[in-house]
Amino acid sequence: MRKFLLAAAAAFILPTLVSGAPAFAAEEVKPMHREWNFNGLLGKFDKQQLQRGFQVYKEVCASCHSLNFISFRNLESIGYSEDQVKVIAAEYQITDGPDENGDMFQRPGRPSDHIPHPFANDQLARASNGGALPPDLSLMTKAREDGPNYVYSLMLGYKDAPNGFELNPGMSYNEFFPGHQIAMPQQITDDRVTYADGTKASADQIAQDVVAFLHWAAEPKLEVRHATGIRVMLFAFLFTVLAYFYKRRLWARLEKH
Amino acid sequence: MSTEKSRLMKAWEWHEQRLPIGHFLDHSLGSKYPAPKNLNYWWNFGSLALFMLVTMIITGVFLAMNYTAHVTLAFSSVERIMRDVNNGWLIRYMHANGASFFFIVVYIHIFRGLYYGSYKPPREVLWWMGVVIYLLMMATAFMGYVLPWGQMSFWGATVITNLFSAIPAVGDAIVTLLWGGFSVDNPTLNRFFALHYLLPFVIVGVVFIHIWALHIPGSNNPLGIDAAPADKIPFFPYYVAKDVFGLGVFLMAYFAVVFWLPNAMGHPLNYVPANPMVTPPHIVPEWYYLPFYAILRAIPDKLLGVVAMFGSILILFVLPWLDRHPVRSATFRPIFKIFFWIFLANAVLLGYCGSQAAEGWPLIASRIGTFWYFFHFIVLLPLLSWIETPKPLPASISQPVLSPAE
Ligand code: HEC
Ligand code: HEM
Repeated sequence: MRKFLLAAAAAFILPTLVSGAPAFAAEEVKPMHREWNFNGLLGKFDKQQLQRGFQVYKEVCASCHSLNFISFRNLESIGYSEDQVKVIAAEYQITDGPDENGDMFQRPGRPSDHIPHPFANDQLARASNGGALPPDLSLMTKAREDGPNYVYSLMLGYKDAPNGFELNPGMSYNEFFPGHQIAMPQQITDDRVTYADGTKASADQIAQDVVAFLHWAAEPKLEVRHATGIRVMLFAFLFTVLAYFYKRRLWARLEKH
Repeated sequence: MSTEKSRLMKAWEWHEQRLPIGHFLDHSLGSKYPAPKNLNYWWNFGSLALFMLVTMIITGVFLAMNYTAHVTLAFSSVERIMRDVNNGWLIRYMHANGASFFFIVVYIHIFRGLYYGSYKPPREVLWWMGVVIYLLMMATAFMGYVLPWGQMSFWGATVITNLFSAIPAVGDAIVTLLWGGFSVDNPTLNRFFALHYLLPFVIVGVVFIHIWALHIPGSNNPLGIDAAPADKIPFFPYYVAKDVFGLGVFLMAYFAVVFWLPNAMGHPLNYVPANPMVTPPHIVPEWYYLPFYAILRAIPDKLLGVVAMFGSILILFVLPWLDRHPVRSATFRPIFKIFFWIFLANAVLLGYCGSQAAEGWPLIASRIGTFWYFFHFIVLLPLLSWIETPKPLPASISQPVLSPAE
């Protein structure tokens, strides 16, 4: 049994030793740390918070950032009803076509549409943002080291540049952005939005909400993953215990000889 | 009921006479396959490797049903798997993390062999087949990692395929052939997908030969001495039961990562679509290549670096002739045992260096590590074969406590 424990320990420790050391630029500042309710064994999203986060995305971020992998129908899983989703979708104009005359036309959005891009193409997006491209946000919290904490910190990390720091025109100083010069101006301040559900919109609250929403967008299957995980683990545990006692009984026969 | 059963038995026997599949299994992994009775838990990792190979193939086939091998669609087809395909997230996370766990298992399996001298006569061919499987796994996983077409997929593929250009005269031609053009692009993705689908089945073939070769001498054991027939027990049910228990423990570790840390072993930048115009600040391969990546970068000359990197694996083929000490198990070789652990620590250190930028102390450490890696094989092992006095060996497995008489 002792040897077995050793083997098991090695199997756990080895990967953490090697994988726990991702290479990253030295100048980066460790992001602020928050407890997120989507982390943990049974971590879940708070639907109310996701809806607030969606409101922030829609009213603030959407003018620059796309959300390519989300269609309106997906919003049902953050607690909107089918009818509410129809209403939300219809607020957008979607380019469709060509019609029978060969012309493209505009029509109100439907639940099956993807959330439309703010810019017709990347060149236009750059031209409107001082040459920098606002990245798609649908996978953002998985596309950065310690994603949720990083985006949260980035949102709140705007400061005056320290003395002697050379800030290029049109750029902002951000404590948490690699290199500290970011082409995205500060977006989140107290009361930047007025929440539909009446929650007080402090900058911190807004940042948390939009991060939760973006994490849902990046990992929409998180809740079912956790729930399935618990069941699978329980099963694996019982299976292992049974296998252990069966093995012990079987091998006891051998020791008698 | 009883006639019913005997009819079934008859049908079975009829079939056995024509295709003795039951007989074959019984002799391969069943009650007719004797194994030393003293195998410890490090011997579980062979069957675990087989389990992972099967898992990779099953999850891989389901991924392939929904994956699109085209540069404009590959990334979003993987995201579609994650979001819209029924249980697609589970299949993909099992496959992506399965590769890591497959390597963890195989590394433990290899180091088990190194410790207990399982490469020594009469198991050299068995060992060779193992090294072939390992090489094929590296190729398969490398091409698999390119498929989601994220930033690390693209840049990893660019860096690694470029290595072949170091080969004199034909290097550039080989790279063009690998790429199917003049840069990593759609033709590259297509051939990598075709090969990624093919190679696992080649591995299955080599695994057959590996197990065949195993059955000629039978398993080695922790004492490294030949097991007398009296010291063997049938594989079924004893080792089957032990392997099943081991599998349960392994599954808990694997599932813990799949369900709670599914992205911990991957690089975040692979969630950014490939972009040939933006080079990431650090291009890091998957963790299982890191020691070899460190060796590659430790050597300032590109060609020599590539030679050292491939040499560090190929040298395993001649290991049975580098270490000619007659005693197999490190248990009875006190000096070898120390150097085994140093070698293992050195490999982990190299892995760490491979994850860092090639500058400063990690670069120096990877040079020392590279030197030590080859020094271990080329100088230490042959030397120890000559000079190391082993501890007295037990007369048999049943007598692990030494009889001082001898
Ligand atoms: C005025 C346009 C604009 C708005 C509005 C905007 N952004 Fe950005 N954002 C940008 C630009 C431009 C960049 C690229 C910055 C760079 O590369 O320097 C960017 C980059 C980012 C990044 C990536 C940082 C990195 O590590 O590369 C994140 C995350 C982000 N924005 C989140 C948000 C969120 C959340 C909102 C809404 C609260 C938002 N942005 C609103 C323009 C905008
Ligand atoms: C030796 C066995 C195998 C290994 C080590 C392996 C390894 C990998 C790796 C590392 C990835 C990248 C995962 C990611 O980061 O997303 C991958 C992706 C993929 N593999 Fe495999 N694989 C194996 C077998 C197979 C087989 C047999 C198939 C098909 C029949 C397959 C089909 C795919 C597909 C379609 C992808 C792209 C989807 C994705 O990236 O998630 N794999 N594989």
